[in-house]
Amino acid sequence: MTSAAPTAISSQAAANRLLLRRQRAERRFQLYGILAISAAVGFLIVFLANIVSRGYMGFVQTEVQLTVNFDEELIEAGSYRKILRTSLAERFPDAGSSRAERRALTGMVSAGTVFVLRETIAADPAIVGTVQDVWVLASDPVDQFYKGRIDAALPEGERPISDASLARIAALEEAGRIALRFNRSFFSRGDSRNPEEAGILGAIVGSALALLVTLAVSFPVGVMTAVYLEAFAPRNRITRLIEININNLAAVPSIVFGLLGLAVFLNVFGLPRSAPVSGGLVLSLMTLPTIIISSRAAIRAVPPSFAEAAIGLGASRVQAIFHHVLPVAAPGTLTGAIIGMAQALGETAPLLMMGMVAFVAEVPGGFTDPSTVLPAQVYLWADSPERGFAEKTAAAIIVLLGFLLVMNGLAVYLRRKFEKQW
Amino acid sequence: MHNRLVAAVFVAGAVVAVASAAQARDQINVVGSSTVYPFATVVAETFGRGSDFKIPKIESTGSGGGMKLFCAGLGTEHPDITNASRRMKSSELEKCRENGVMDVVEIKIGYDGIVIANAKAGAEIQLTLRHLFLALAKQVPEGNQEGGQLVDNPNQLWSDVDPSLPNTAIEVLGPPPTSGTRDAFNELAIEGGCKTFPGLKAIKKEDKNRYKAICRGIREDGAYIEAGENDNLIVQKLAENPNAFGVFGFSFLDQNRDTVKGASIDGVAPEFENIATRAYPVSRPLYFYVKKAHVDVIPGIREYVAAFTSDDAWGDEGYLTDRGLIPLPTDERAQFGDNAVNLTPLESL
Repeated sequence: MTSAAPTAISSQAAANRLLLRRQRAERRFQLYGILAISAAVGFLIVFLANIVSRGYMGFVQTEVQLTVNFDEELIEAGSYRKILRTSLAERFPDAGSSRAERRALTGMVSAGTVFVLRETIAADPAIVGTVQDVWVLASDPVDQFYKGRIDAALPEGERPISDASLARIAALEEAGRIALRFNRSFFSRGDSRNPEEAGILGAIVGSALALLVTLAVSFPVGVMTAVYLEAFAPRNRITRLIEININNLAAVPSIVFGLLGLAVFLNVFGLPRSAPVSGGLVLSLMTLPTIIISSRAAIRAVPPSFAEAAIGLGASRVQAIFHHVLPVAAPGTLTGAIIGMAQALGETAPLLMMGMVAFVAEVPGGFTDPSTVLPAQVYLWADSPERGFAEKTAAAIIVLLGFLLVMNGLAVYLRRKFEKQW
Repeated sequence: MHNRLVAAVFVAGAVVAVASAAQARDQINVVGSSTVYPFATVVAETFGRGSDFKIPKIESTGSGGGMKLFCAGLGTEHPDITNASRRMKSSELEKCRENGVMDVVEIKIGYDGIVIANAKAGAEIQLTLRHLFLALAKQVPEGNQEGGQLVDNPNQLWSDVDPSLPNTAIEVLGPPPTSGTRDAFNELAIEGGCKTFPGLKAIKKEDKNRYKAICRGIREDGAYIEAGENDNLIVQKLAENPNAFGVFGFSFLDQNRDTVKGASIDGVAPEFENIATRAYPVSRPLYFYVKKAHVDVIPGIREYVAAFTSDDAWGDEGYLTDRGLIPLPTDERAQFGDNAVNLTPLESL
């Protein structure tokens, strides 16, 4: 524009153009937002679909029905292996008696079947001397084949299951003696090196015990720290220094807490290795800053008039804080604690240093029993060579995600429930 | 009120923590190599479920980490057994003795083969140790010939290494330097190939450190890709990329024969029999070490060692062979079986 004073018409047109441009810019910006959200949702869907499609088979297991003769003599001699062999040989009379043939035949069912037979007899001694139909777990190759994870069209040497076994599976199917059934042992047993027998209960209990310790230590300490810093502490260099350090601690990589725990809890205090009590203490160090920071924010958000009114009516400062400020700040405090716990639930790095990434087959019964935790179990299974562990890994991830979902849901629920309007 | 509740919870936590500190142990603690872990855990489970003892706890810490924990001292807070995918070093035995662990029993349990594999759809290739050295070492003699000046590895295609190999880019997925498998691969495969050059082999006598740097150094220009400790992941990646090769333990090849195949090395295929007879060149021994002072203090150690060295477990047709362990030759098995029964401690290394 060259003229010094623009005409009214051209300035109107310019304003319209500007308006159009601004509207376009706004639409563009909204589009970017939608794209960002759809990308995030897309990734989430791909991730969940991937995990679920790999893991849902982990909740069912192939089982085989055998006719077992609980022979009294053999049981007294403790030859449970012989009982199993006899029953398999009766089912498949075509199998030869050479050692290799016998091994291939026992390889049809889980390596733990012998122990299961023993446990069955221990639980119900009345079956000794009788003949029973018993469902037992199929071995990993049979299970993987029955679930369609092994291609039978490949030449025999290239798949982990022999032609003879395939023929036997077909025979079992014809007799209705092989089926996919809900995998109870996945939820009722500890770890095992036989993928068909491996269970998640040990890791769930270990995680729960460790989180209990974490909650018992970090929640009271965290809330008290927040209350003191917000309501009682004088504002001076020392409190400022403490504040900065707490904020920095929240950003410290978790493995550092593991090293600290190894040096202090295990080496100085002599707490047991691989136990939920030591793991929980390390996790509580890690969650403390999260709880302190969120509790402080929650307390600060309570209008000062609450405490002032209480003090004006004759309450002491402690009464004012505990009776009036904290209850109003509770939703924020609890949310912070639960988010911190959820973080602790998914943590492996510090627990590696505490010896919790370990093979623990027995379900822990207390705070000092050796145990592992859910994410450590996922890590160990993901690294196992046996084929069946792939779906067990994904199934364990589903369980872990389920727990995280429940905890976050609890946080939302508590926030809604205790939220007060003023 | 709130106060008291909070205080009570806190005190309860503290009591639990202190009460646990002084407690006897009735469960065997094992630490060590992640390569031995799959075998030791199977023995532990079979042993624990078939006896009145508890199932031993087995931590996967790596061979070096295991030795450190094992040699830290005597007492229930220290592990009883450590697994290793290499022999104990004399420095480690010294450390043990400094800390009061005088008698250590060594038991060799078998062999583990390290395989070079690619996808079923990939090319069928015959490798030699020399090929592996020329393809993966950091520095190679110029022109891939004896007597050439050492230069940064210029080989980009397998056919650069040897015209008989396919005309595809060198792309090998393998374990990172923290892994015992990587140590063994460097020592057996890369150094094995290095030694086929007499000129390079001669450096060992002059300057041991330089020799190690040349003959065990792996290139860092992207042809060797560190794919993490998880061998399952390497197998998956191979299935998706037919031009890539992977380095991992024999048991992973054995479990995944429908997706990957192992390359033969020096004309020997990575098969169970070939590794057992030691004809396959890239295999390493596996061990575990027992703290003799803990035997009969922690219940079950003697029995666990016996279970591990029973014919049922480590024999030619034992259950460990089903999991991919390559059994010892009969004479070695007899020797270490004796060790296990008498718990003969190591004199020196």
